[in-house]
Amino acid sequence: MLSPDAAIETVDLAKRYGRITALVGLSMRVERGSIFGFLGPNGAGKTTAVKLLLGLARPTAGDALVLGAPVSDDRAHREARRRVGYLPELFRYQGWLSAREVLAAHCALMGIDRAARGHEIDQALATVGLARRADDRVQTFSKGMQQRLGLGVALLGRPELVVLDEPTSALDPVGRHDVREIVRGLRARGTTVFLNSHLLSEVEQVCDRVAVVDQGRVIAIGALRELLRADTVRIRATGLTDGARASLAREGFSLDGDGERFVARDVDEERVPALVEALARAGARVHAVEPQHETLEERFLALLAPAAEGGAQRATAEKKEQH
Amino acid sequence: MLVVAGLVLREAARRRLVLAVVILTALAVVLTGWGFSRIPYLSARPLPVEQVRLIASQLVILVAFMFSFVLALSAVFVAAPAISGEVESGIALSLLARPISRTSYLIGKWLGLAALLFVYTAASTALELVVVRSVVDYEPPRPLEAFAFLYTEGLVLLTLALALSTRMSGMVGGVVALVLFGMAWMGGIVGGIGQAFDNATVTHVGTVTKLVLPTDGLWRGAVHALEPAAVLTGVRGAGPAAAANPFFASAPPPFPFLVWSALWIAAVLVLALWSFRHREI
Repeated sequence: MLSPDAAIETVDLAKRYGRITALVGLSMRVERGSIFGFLGPNGAGKTTAVKLLLGLARPTAGDALVLGAPVSDDRAHREARRRVGYLPELFRYQGWLSAREVLAAHCALMGIDRAARGHEIDQALATVGLARRADDRVQTFSKGMQQRLGLGVALLGRPELVVLDEPTSALDPVGRHDVREIVRGLRARGTTVFLNSHLLSEVEQVCDRVAVVDQGRVIAIGALRELLRADTVRIRATGLTDGARASLAREGFSLDGDGERFVARDVDEERVPALVEALARAGARVHAVEPQHETLEERFLALLAPAAEGGAQRATAEKKEQH
Repeated sequence: MLVVAGLVLREAARRRLVLAVVILTALAVVLTGWGFSRIPYLSARPLPVEQVRLIASQLVILVAFMFSFVLALSAVFVAAPAISGEVESGIALSLLARPISRTSYLIGKWLGLAALLFVYTAASTALELVVVRSVVDYEPPRPLEAFAFLYTEGLVLLTLALALSTRMSGMVGGVVALVLFGMAWMGGIVGGIGQAFDNATVTHVGTVTKLVLPTDGLWRGAVHALEPAAVLTGVRGAGPAAAANPFFASAPPPFPFLVWSALWIAAVLVLALWSFRHREI
């Protein structure tokens, strides 16, 4: 049963393009106010899922609610889109308009009150760093500036949900930093952000929850902390003899390394105090203990590894998504 | 809907389409105006006024044909990529994710393009006729009616090209629309030949093409509105063979044909809406 409380909820959402299956059966829930990372390799069905959520394509099976409105109900979904901002992966805006005019057209399409439009536009331009180019034609913009403009378009009207499809693909490191700050700003004011990206470091830095999709289905979903195992501990200690390491091994702590820097593996966060006690008992002088989280990249690659054999199938789906 | 229509008008102005069309039309009007001014001096002695007007009336029909051709081509060129271009480039992604229905988007495009076509048809027709009147003191019998037929002919092609644009790329849709336009024109001539030889089958071919794409029937309406009574009487006297002449119409299009043309535009628009509503972006 779909719940209207979530910002997005999908149940068995599927999409076929002729003989090609782009999405097998997507089931996920994005809580309001969260920053949700939607990850997956190229051709996993990410952009297809986004298009289904925004009513740009119709699902073959399953259903989805966006801000409580079913995608199958045209009228309700259209009304809900008033509260949704979207930056497409393929971002293009009318080159013959100025940045300000593009934003004004979107304000009009959203039905933003005329009196409020000027302020909305100025704010969006300032947020994405385009205030000085506001009256220049979009056709004179670099790709990065056009992506910034797209982000500004997505921020108009203080949306409750912002869907960003690869929002930093054309941006330099400064731009990427700016996007992270904008996303954090959105979280601070309670906006839900659905971040579709394959830039894992970006996702890792801002997202609360993530879903990993591959070959059109979710293969992992959860809070980032839960998803990334914290089972490696870096230790700087002196006075650790071979005998001391043997006695630690008997207690279940096997240490790699030599000198004064060691790594203990398969130690989850709850067992870190026990490790420190065992080190002290073994006569070691402990200078530093740092529990290490698995990186998102490591986890991502581990999750995708079993599916690697299905590479050929993935290539077909990728072909469709590019189409 | 009006926002989308406004964007169409602004695009035409910003992309210098309007400027290009204004300059070329002005040039065409000046050249044809000069041509009209030479009519009285075609022979060694200045021609009598009546003869000048007769020649002018036929030249006006030929100039109207040139304008109808330009209108048809312009309508196809602007409408054929109107939707497919935005879908292919990605502009449609951010627009259609807004709280706007596909219907509003498509009707907005149609309204904007129809307004552009209206302004161009009205301005070019009025300018040409004013110049002709001032140069040779000739005014066709029903200029407003001729304008209405020319505009509707353009509107038919515009609607067709826009409908094709919901599924085909601008280039393909444009070619398809123009080929159909050419076939309809030929169909009209074929039908006329059928009438001339009193051959029912060939006449039916002409009638069917007129119904499938009513551009030629509307063109004949414009021709009829531009023909002075003297010409009508004279050519009618030549017998049914005149029906094969694409620059002559012995009678105005029947009222049911006018209703059919209006229904045709409405039906193709509905088809375009259905097609676009089911289009995956």
